[in-house]
Amino acid sequence: MDRAKEILKRNTMLVALLVITLFFAFLTGGTLLVPRNVTNLIAQNGYVVVLAVGMLMCILTGGNIDLSVGSVVALVGALAGTLIVNKGMNIWLAMVICLVAGILIGIWQGFWIAYIRIPAFIVTLAGMLLWRGVALIILDGLTISPFPENYLNLFNSYIPDIFESNINILSVIIGFLVCVVYIIFQFINRMKLRRKGYSLENLIFTIVKTAIICLAVMVLSYTLAKHEGIPAILILLAVVVFLYSYFTKKTVPGRYLYAVGGNEKAAKLSGINTNKVLFFAYVNMAFLSALAALMCVARFNSAAPTAGTNYEMDAIGSCYIGGASAYGGIGSVAGVVIGAIFMGVLNNGMSIMGIDSNVQKAVKGLVLLAAVAFDVLSKKRGKIA
Amino acid sequence: MSGYMLEMKKITKRFPGVKALDNVNLQVEKGQIHALVGENGAGKSTLMNILSGIYPYGDYEGTIIYQGEECKFYEISDSEKKGIVIIHQELALVPYMTIGENMFLGNEQGEKYRIDWEETYRRADQLLETVGLRESSRTLIKDIGIGKQQLVEIAKALAKNVKLLILDEPTASLNEAEARKLLDLLLQLKQEGLTSIIISHKLNEISYVADKITIIRDGATIETLDKEKDDIHEDRIVRGMVGRALTDRFPKRSGSNIGEVSLEIKNWTVYHPLYSGRKVVDDVSLRVHKGEVVGIAGLMGAGRTELALSIFGRNYGLNISGSLYINGEEVRLNNARQAIEKRLAYISEDRKGNGLILSNPIRVNLTLAKMDKVSSHSIIDGNAEVIAANEYIEKLRTKCTSIEQNVGNLSGGNQQKVLVSKWMFADPEIMILDEPTRGIDVGAKYEIYCIINQLVAEGKSILLISSELPELIGMCDRIYIMNEGRMVGEVSKEEATQERIMGQILKTSKGV
Repeated sequence: MDRAKEILKRNTMLVALLVITLFFAFLTGGTLLVPRNVTNLIAQNGYVVVLAVGMLMCILTGGNIDLSVGSVVALVGALAGTLIVNKGMNIWLAMVICLVAGILIGIWQGFWIAYIRIPAFIVTLAGMLLWRGVALIILDGLTISPFPENYLNLFNSYIPDIFESNINILSVIIGFLVCVVYIIFQFINRMKLRRKGYSLENLIFTIVKTAIICLAVMVLSYTLAKHEGIPAILILLAVVVFLYSYFTKKTVPGRYLYAVGGNEKAAKLSGINTNKVLFFAYVNMAFLSALAALMCVARFNSAAPTAGTNYEMDAIGSCYIGGASAYGGIGSVAGVVIGAIFMGVLNNGMSIMGIDSNVQKAVKGLVLLAAVAFDVLSKKRGKIA
Repeated sequence: MSGYMLEMKKITKRFPGVKALDNVNLQVEKGQIHALVGENGAGKSTLMNILSGIYPYGDYEGTIIYQGEECKFYEISDSEKKGIVIIHQELALVPYMTIGENMFLGNEQGEKYRIDWEETYRRADQLLETVGLRESSRTLIKDIGIGKQQLVEIAKALAKNVKLLILDEPTASLNEAEARKLLDLLLQLKQEGLTSIIISHKLNEISYVADKITIIRDGATIETLDKEKDDIHEDRIVRGMVGRALTDRFPKRSGSNIGEVSLEIKNWTVYHPLYSGRKVVDDVSLRVHKGEVVGIAGLMGAGRTELALSIFGRNYGLNISGSLYINGEEVRLNNARQAIEKRLAYISEDRKGNGLILSNPIRVNLTLAKMDKVSSHSIIDGNAEVIAANEYIEKLRTKCTSIEQNVGNLSGGNQQKVLVSKWMFADPEIMILDEPTRGIDVGAKYEIYCIINQLVAEGKSILLISSELPELIGMCDRIYIMNEGRMVGEVSKEEATQERIMGQILKTSKGV
């Protein structure tokens, strides 16, 4: 019983996500969960996931946020439009240039933040104005479109339907393979632990956990298969999420992010180059902003000077809803993904219901505050106990 | 009994794991200067924090009788209303406000919401004259020196209609002339009827100003000396401060195996990072052998922590000069990473602020200083990490629910063990332990001492910084005495007595 409580407590946001999903599914008469809408949800919120993962790295280093994200998206988008549409450059080369541009922006901001020690809030606020301005200059205030078909296909296509039946069989097979690989991986890991004589997780618990995850994967792939199949963007997202999750959990530089955010002085005395850690976080953020920009121009099929407005807020909101600490040092990629989906479901659900967009904004604001307040209060209680 | 201005009766205050004050009594007569002396951590500041309401009523046991009535202070403003004002060692002035603004901060002149600046500055100038400070009250605080700031604090207290003034180490950061001026001011204010309590380490100053002296040791009142009746010579006070019997609070070391010199510094000088020109460590030389415990005695602010941090990868100070040798080879350590690579460890006195990441579990804290032991090519081997963490928990008998418990939820003693484990895990040959037993209970202290003995038995070198003289005498093979940034003496285990060390410190204080 205590254990169940413990698990529930650790996964409060997951439970909250389930509740809100069922809530909107009910209110929209099931429209929220029809295959077409699920596909739509992924396409709409892909950029939020990418930005939120980057934002998490910044927040981990001590509750710092990057406000320039939206403007970087606009600038890199403008660059992509100029190179691909106006200049007709090879799309692969153009994409590499765009990502490098993102990294350069990150180096600029990271330098001021990590080495000159200007507060991140100020540097990225300046960046927010600066990069937006540069984007407007590049675009001369105009929108560039349309993008060539081969570029759009890269992001907007689906896994091909090779069996030509009424549902995309290949998507279901991929989902199934993912489950199989996951189960095998769990099994091998368990065997390895047993062989080395390490303590093992409760077997029933592992089986239940694996079953739930596999079920979720199968339901998702089947749902997507009923529409057009697994979207390319989902694969990109899966790669990003997997890489960063591994990075934060299993690597030394990832561990250092937490250490710097948890106690910078202690980290420094433990021999960690704290400047380098901070620098990395902001370079990485700008890099992921550039990636998000490439996704966004493909989705909107245009590069607009106003693109990316308020994206930083979506990313920051996802992090805090996903359990990242506003003081740094606490948070996980998995949590942030849940936070991003939570925001996405909230947006999408309210849109389907036809709620006025002004009201939507107000609701989102309240939900963000409620999520963080809940987090702070539950920690306070933990301290007293 | 009603002749007393203030009586604190049977005050007992507990912190988690420690009894900071145990049945302390203090009686202060009106119009006198009463001194409170004791070693660091004896409980002087705690007692004053209770008196001023920083630790609210109900947080402690005992009664406070002030001007004939029992007082229950819940916050500082309660005690200030009664005319009790405390001036802390770290001054509470806002640098970018004027002297006048600071003096009336929280006590603004004028009616309701409108501040009368003319009246503010008129009164401020008046009070500045009283305390003998020749500055315009419109000068910014940041533009005057620390000695003058101290006078501003007193003027600020006078502005609040102070009846009982408490000064915590008022002369700690003043030079001789400034200190003298301050003490004379106190004597002058005494003539005008002000009662004050002064906490100080500088016993010569105390002999100079105090009418009565109360000695506190280990959270208990030892005695109160009266200038009229008793001998208040410095030696007499020192004996009261340190005179406790040394029982077997320290585990015996079986034989010593002191080897070659492992750490040596020569002519080490460190300047303050902010106030250029101020030497925090002044021409210090010392050496530590393999298998030896070497202590550094000194008062707070003697520069011991700064010395340690500057050795450990130049983590403190500017313009560090001097040479550092490890195993006979001269090295230059520019950051903590290089220091760790040279098998040095520094265990901070401030485990919460500089040592541990409280929001992270034991496992993460333990491996942080030496991640390459549990990783290859930057990929962490989670299982190796778990094994290492469990091993150290067992070795040091750290009490916790599991290695995944957040360090912030452990008791002080167990946090300290995690901190020590963390640095043992880094495989050092030379360990600098800075106040390793601060704020932990007697049992945990004993265990830390056992670990120290075990480490030197393995041939490691220990540099032990401590403000507790019995601890140094009980544990060290040799003790350096540091005061005001300089090394002022060295005693062997055989010669070391508390009187001798304390005497050496006091003799070399610049004081009056």
